Amino acid sequence: MQGKAHAYPVDNIDTDRIIAGKYTKTLDFSQLAAHCLEDLDPTFSQKVQAGDLLVAGENFGCGSSREQAPVALKAAGVAAVIARSFARIFYRNAINIGLPVLEVPDHTIQDGDQLSIDFENGIITNLTRQESYAATRLPSVMLKILQAGGLTAYLTEHGDYPSE
Amino acid sequence: MAGQTVAEKIISAHAGKRVYANEVAIVRVDGAMATDATAPLAIQAFRQMGGKRLWDAQRVALVLDHATPAPNERVANLHRLMRDFAQETGCHFYDVGAGICHQLMVENAHVKPGDLFLGADSHTPTYGAVNALSCGVGSTDLAAAMLTGKTWLKVPQTLKVVLNGTLPAGISAKDVILRVIKETTISGATYMAVEFTGEAVVPMSLASRMVLANMVAEMGAKCANVDATGLTLPYDWEPVFADADATYARVITLDVSDLRPMVAVPHAPDNVVPIEQVRGITVHQAFIGSCTNARLEDLHEAARILRGRQVARGVRLMIAPASHAVFMQAVKDGTVETLTQAGAFFVTSGCGVCVGTHQGVPSDGDVVISSTNRNFKGRMGNPNAQIYLSSPAVVAASALCGVITDPQDVL
Ligand code: SF4
Repeated sequence: MQGKAHAYPVDNIDTDRIIAGKYTKTLDFSQLAAHCLEDLDPTFSQKVQAGDLLVAGENFGCGSSREQAPVALKAAGVAAVIARSFARIFYRNAINIGLPVLEVPDHTIQDGDQLSIDFENGIITNLTRQESYAATRLPSVMLKILQAGGLTAYLTEHGDYPSE
Repeated sequence: MAGQTVAEKIISAHAGKRVYANEVAIVRVDGAMATDATAPLAIQAFRQMGGKRLWDAQRVALVLDHATPAPNERVANLHRLMRDFAQETGCHFYDVGAGICHQLMVENAHVKPGDLFLGADSHTPTYGAVNALSCGVGSTDLAAAMLTGKTWLKVPQTLKVVLNGTLPAGISAKDVILRVIKETTISGATYMAVEFTGEAVVPMSLASRMVLANMVAEMGAKCANVDATGLTLPYDWEPVFADADATYARVITLDVSDLRPMVAVPHAPDNVVPIEQVRGITVHQAFIGSCTNARLEDLHEAARILRGRQVARGVRLMIAPASHAVFMQAVKDGTVETLTQAGAFFVTSGCGVCVGTHQGVPSDGDVVISSTNRNFKGRMGNPNAQIYLSSPAVVAASALCGVITDPQDVL
């Protein structure tokens, strides 16, 4: 996967800022996309293009359990999220809906950098800066779910959880 | 065999094998809950997974609480979707006005000691107050549990919080937990279980224990457990205790004997200061509500401060009781009358004000003092408002004076 980074080097970006509670009561995902990250960067939904990558600081996605947060990012076109660390429910939710999340504690990605991601090996290459960074490995259960395209796809196919 | 924490014990019992921190396990669950904020997506995912029947209808509960009564036709139709699903599948269903999901799960014993419970809401760890292991999950995880009766978990490491000493009069569990969050910060217990123990916990009511467990969500934790010593429940039950030689990732010890009222200032629940630092700030809106602090003891605390007095001009004091049952008790014992006479007004038992979906949205520049658990920017529906979090006593005293006030100064 290859894409352009939208970097917000901020810690603790909570789910209220990813998608405010007042917009979440809908099953219309285009509405979620339109208001995605609005309180952090009002221009985000106009700037972002399908296949772009979101880059953030520590504890990304803290706060409520709303699955609309990763859904909003995915619907807005974000192809993967890279953060120094994630809040746990957001992390699970993202994988469950098939939005790849990469925990990369150490990196120097800047806004606008062109990145290439190797999921198999958890390596991110910064094509703009000629650098590469290592992502924390996913437990095998999560990897299987992500590879299937999410938990819904996994269960539709297999009918039960992967054995450990 | 090495000793186990409470989380390790409960997960082991549900995994069918002895597990320890950092292991991944597929576990059976005892119950699953979703609200109008999360159930519509969960129902959609359940159907996409090919789900027709729930794994066990008696162990699934749906609650309308986040946007109740429906503020518009879009939400009303989502409520309808949930009503229809509940009817079709035969699961438990709580309609508009019944109360806040977490209060209902404990109040109606949907969750019991030793259970492993999933809720599609981030404050599900609240049931650690009754010795259950309960985690917040998203809608798709919940859909999978509704279908299979199972989930996968990474066994969490545990942070132990030892609360020594005796709480001073007028200082509550909310002050304790805000003090603890100041210590851990908002990410200090990410992925972890939090065990509360120590002599200060023993005399705490179930309601106060729920306050402690509730706000582990504001430390990033996965679940909580409050030491069962001193806990009474209206049914037969077996407590779960940690082994003496269990392994902890971190231990925090606090003496609460000199604790002062604590306040979280905008815009994060870990921006906690003692009340001295914010005393005198003008407030426009005061709110007693949420799954953190809207139970009978909280309303009693507010009534104790406001009895025979009047809320300051220019302050709106809003109260949303945790459940219909709590409201009825407060009606019967005169608390509702006391508070209403003082100028407070009651809104639907539910989440609306806390989460900013509708009801009581503050204006630009409004300062809100609130008994809730989150003060992120935009939380109550307006990113240009300032939200301070405190105990119900501080909310009531501040409503009385029109400025942030130490309850001790008005009693
Ligand atoms: S009262 Fe507030 S924090 Fe509690 S479940 Fe409702 S919205 Fe969430």
